[in-house]
Amino acid sequence: METKEKKPLEKVCLICAKGSLEDVYASLVMANGAVMEGIETKVFFTFFGLDGITKKSMNHLHTATTGNPAMRMPGGLPFPTMLGGLPGVESAVSGMMRKQMDELGMPPVDEFLEMITAGGGEIYACKLAIDMFKLKKEDLSEEVSDIITIGEFYEMCDGDRTQIIFT
Amino acid sequence: MSLKTIAGVELNVSEEGYLEDMTQWNEEVAKEIASEIGIELTPKHFEVINYLREKTAAKEALTIRNVGKSGIVTIKELYVLFPKGPLKFSSKIAGIPKPTSCI
Repeated sequence: METKEKKPLEKVCLICAKGSLEDVYASLVMANGAVMEGIETKVFFTFFGLDGITKKSMNHLHTATTGNPAMRMPGGLPFPTMLGGLPGVESAVSGMMRKQMDELGMPPVDEFLEMITAGGGEIYACKLAIDMFKLKKEDLSEEVSDIITIGEFYEMCDGDRTQIIFT
Repeated sequence: MSLKTIAGVELNVSEEGYLEDMTQWNEEVAKEIASEIGIELTPKHFEVINYLREKTAAKEALTIRNVGKSGIVTIKELYVLFPKGPLKFSSKIAGIPKPTSCI
């Protein structure tokens, strides 16, 4: 009988390039999940994903109410695109989403980042995107260990049991 | 489900070694499971373990976030006590089912 040797993941490297609520949380949940499993974890935030580690914006992320076919009204009815474009709607819907997530025990972004680094996970910001958005290290969460290039990030992603995940 | 002798007693455990019945647990069982993982239990470990057992008995969801807010340990300390498996290893040692939480 053939026996398959298990080869558990040793390192997970995540790249978060989008700044919507669901994209940032997808990265954070996967990163925290990996840390909790004892997997070495590194997260690289770039482009609009930087909103997820920028002090000013990280706890106020939005979900798109236009161009999001999966968006529903409370109760499950379709969400009219025209409604999503009205001033304040995206803000209100996003606030409701964050509240619902809070009720499920999901931490706000700043706390989530702390949870990841508490377990040894590492958070990085993309140098190119930082320059592009004219941000400084002080603008970022204290949990960000460094501003690095994608080349430097790839160097950290060595090892044959490493996976890079792009969200 | 299978039988496993832990601390001289035959216990029902899951395939991954989690106790099937948390009432079969005692401190000796905890110590033996912990030593298999490579953890030596201190009074602080037991504080966390007892907290997890209480919450499980009360059917409350377990997350490292809740443990971090329990006032017993911070999340960072929890990782120091149970390296590479803050919730998994602590639950296994506490004789409760494998955690189903993502946080």
